[in-house]
Amino acid sequence: MEINPIKNGIVIDHIDAGKGMEVYNFLNLSELDCTVALIMNVFSKKTGKKDIIKIDESIALDLDVLGYIAPETTVNFIKDGKLVEKRKMELPLTLKNVIKCKNPRCITSVETCVDHEFKLVDKDNKVYRCIYCESKF
Amino acid sequence: MRNLLSITDFSVEEVNGVIETAQKIIANPQAYSEKCKNKIIATLFFEPSTRTRLSFESAMLSLGGKTLGFSDAANSSSSKGESLSDTIRVVSCYSDIIAMRHPKEGAPLVASFVSDVPIINAGDGGHNHPTQTLTDLLTIKTEMGRLDNLTVGFCGDLKFGRTVHSLIQALARQKGIKLVLISPEELTVPDYVKHDVMDKNGMNYVETRSLEEAMPQLDVLYMTRVQQERFFNEDDYLRLRDSYILTAEKLQSAKEKMCVLHPLPRVNEISVDVDADPRACYFKQVKNGRYVRMALILKLLGIE
Ligand SMILES: [Zn+2]
Repeated sequence: MEINPIKNGIVIDHIDAGKGMEVYNFLNLSELDCTVALIMNVFSKKTGKKDIIKIDESIALDLDVLGYIAPETTVNFIKDGKLVEKRKMELPLTLKNVIKCKNPRCITSVETCVDHEFKLVDKDNKVYRCIYCESKF
Repeated sequence: MRNLLSITDFSVEEVNGVIETAQKIIANPQAYSEKCKNKIIATLFFEPSTRTRLSFESAMLSLGGKTLGFSDAANSSSSKGESLSDTIRVVSCYSDIIAMRHPKEGAPLVASFVSDVPIINAGDGGHNHPTQTLTDLLTIKTEMGRLDNLTVGFCGDLKFGRTVHSLIQALARQKGIKLVLISPEELTVPDYVKHDVMDKNGMNYVETRSLEEAMPQLDVLYMTRVQQERFFNEDDYLRLRDSYILTAEKLQSAKEKMCVLHPLPRVNEISVDVDADPRACYFKQVKNGRYVRMALILKLLGIE
């Protein structure tokens, strides 16, 4: 299957096979007007199989959100048909308004105008802690 | 501008500094009676706790300052749907320092984001209650003469007791502390306290089911209540309850120089026949609560 190379845009590469749809939804890519290709089960030398998302426009992608949902990915920024930047994703140290605290006793459950903020406390196990109530996530 | 939201907001030196000031106040209260003249503390109690509120108000009055506030969310504008942030913005215009209690965890942090004056956390749900911890530390320091090289027993409900968790957190920063954790199996210290505080700081600790066995080695015994609602069935509760009640008889095997603490209010976990024992320090603790809050107010207002 052929998908044309993009001229100006973003390629999210090395998404764990089967997770492409989740990434697509988490980044709200369905709201874009431009062409977006979600390619699943692509052959990969490294992992056997992977998913790829191609976005045919240089949008402002929330890299913290992407790093949280898919830290295994690499993001390629394409300009005039050329690769201008390749960025390896990793878990962000803080998450602002990406996830919400599930603790019903947390102040964020009632105070509507505050940011939902989490800090990375354990990188290996992907553990975040709410800055307000310190619940783990 | 400094706040006290959690005991770990202060370094060990700062905690020691507050305790030292409190001891100076105890020695000569008169010298401090006008330190906060023209200063106002707002005590905002979104959840009632008469004891804690009075201790803050008493502390500020003893420094020559004034107080205002509310004792219950029903008496505040939050009952009309005002956000916490807005309440704090308004109150910080009327006061020089705020002590607040709120049923939601992390509420004081939200308050600190919008306040123009220092915030003291007077309890946020089951989360933090740092002024109780300062009170506990002052009492231990006064009774035992030191905060390091102590064997400290915690007895009762170690699972839900936030005062237990934050005192452990404070002691974790002292040298030579040995913890003896005395509780029924259902109410042991939660894993996150064990991992994140005790193991991380390399604390020396043992867990036991028996208060009698632990008693002879303790320098400090911190009692808490085993509440019936923590148990699934009444039989378990009734079976266990008595093992975690301190009586004069059980205290007989304790060291001559040691102290018994309790965050109060007590129900039946310390029998009244212990009260007359010189090692019973839980009422002294209340007095210390006032002095340590005086010292804290001075520190946060930057008054020498
Ligand atoms: Zn939370």
